[in-house]
Amino acid sequence: MSIITVDKVSVRYNSTEVVSDVSFNIAAGDYLGVVGPNGSGKTTLIRAMFGLVGLAKGTVTLFGKDLSEFREWHRIGYLPQKLSSFNLQFPATVKEIIGLGLLAKKKFPKRITADDDAAINKVLEMLELTNIKNSLIGELSGGQQQRVLLARAMAGEPEVLILDEPTSALDPEVREKFSEVLKELNKKTALTVVLVTHDIMNIGRYASKLLYLDRRLIFYGGFDDFCSSTEVTNYFGEFAQHVICHRHS
Amino acid sequence: MFELFQYHFIQKALIAGCFIAVLCSTLGVFLVLKRLSLIGDGLAHVTFGSVAVGLLLHSQPIYTAVPLVALSSLGILKLTERARLYGDTAIGIVSSLGIASGVILVSISGGYNVDLFSYLFGSILSISNTEVITSIVLSVIVMLMVLLFYNELASITFDEEMAKMSGIKTRRINEILVVLTALTVVLAMKVVGIMLVSALLILPASAALQTAKSFKATIITAGAIAVFSVISGIWISFAANLPSGGTIIIINFIIFMLMFGYSKNVLRAKPEEPH
Repeated sequence: MSIITVDKVSVRYNSTEVVSDVSFNIAAGDYLGVVGPNGSGKTTLIRAMFGLVGLAKGTVTLFGKDLSEFREWHRIGYLPQKLSSFNLQFPATVKEIIGLGLLAKKKFPKRITADDDAAINKVLEMLELTNIKNSLIGELSGGQQQRVLLARAMAGEPEVLILDEPTSALDPEVREKFSEVLKELNKKTALTVVLVTHDIMNIGRYASKLLYLDRRLIFYGGFDDFCSSTEVTNYFGEFAQHVICHRHS
Repeated sequence: MFELFQYHFIQKALIAGCFIAVLCSTLGVFLVLKRLSLIGDGLAHVTFGSVAVGLLLHSQPIYTAVPLVALSSLGILKLTERARLYGDTAIGIVSSLGIASGVILVSISGGYNVDLFSYLFGSILSISNTEVITSIVLSVIVMLMVLLFYNELASITFDEEMAKMSGIKTRRINEILVVLTALTVVLAMKVVGIMLVSALLILPASAALQTAKSFKATIITAGAIAVFSVISGIWISFAANLPSGGTIIIINFIIFMLMFGYSKNVLRAKPEEPH
């Protein structure tokens, strides 16, 4: 069943079309890898899907509702591209930051109470953050900060987790561990994962579907189809397609 | 030493001053972290123009200042959104408009007088009963709003985009923050004066951030610093016959320097490398 439908979406910055006529569906339980070169519009597409930038054309449907009418934000967890978009001088503890992730579920006045401790502790344990729960976020390493922000995105137990190049600032070991955690979550809890990455060489190890974007949609489908797609051959050339597919086989 | 606290005018100054100190320090934490520290300065300049309107109309300046400064705070937000300006540019535009209008209106109303100087440099020791009551009522309203929207304010301060994705109406919360700041600036003009009001927003928050252990602790520490500086400032200014506004701010600055030094040399001191 489709939970996110993107239909003929275009996004413009001033007069430049940065995403052009893109359509695809995400089903519950999918692990979608969104790949493409730098400047291909991956982040813009993701931001447009959730109303963070305006659509020039097309529609986005989230859980059966048009984007403009969608209010159930607790169903979606989002980890943006840059750690720097967060205020790392913000003097909050790991526990306080994760608590903010529960606000989407709350009604006015949105209060974090002792009843929320169970949800916070659960995600602290899951991402092995319990020992630093009282540390300030600004005093942690890049990898730890990334895990805290992932925990914040997951605290409300979303049905879809959107991650925009979450591992770009991490060293290879932490990156590997992070990807494994996501894969396990996707398998065990049927959490739908949308992972934006430029790492096309490794995404096939985790993702069940691939979306290749270069301002327009080059490919959308399963990895096997990617390897036999003539559109992909036309775009990459036979050799590059073979190298990518060989890496994953 | 403590007999001065028996004076009625000192008691009034302490009550109004402490309420406003807590307000300034609480909002100051959000403003400093959102890099909007200078909004206090900009709105203070608008307050100057608004006070001039009040003096021209022979009404209590606070009654003209509250609506005019609140509207100007929303104007700063709108300019930032609509005219594609950075926040500091929008603050600069509205601020200079406030000063320019004030200078013209003061000139029309017959020049600078004692009343205007008391708003420019603060005169908490001469605060009237009406001003005390207005300060308490507005302080309670602002504090209730901060308490009601505490988590939304914290969320947009940490990351506005994530806050939006949490279903928080970020534009509305930003509007609430700047309007509350506008009310606070108007209230604080009698305590430290228009010229120094932004310091009461910035210094306690900046000092508390030096030793922050959590967000809640930062807000509580900032409040404690602000209240201490107001009480000690009133006491010292009375005892040494100094202007109360300036004294309060100098005490705030000394506390900031002490906490900065403590943070640098004790909390964040690097261990010596082994030889």
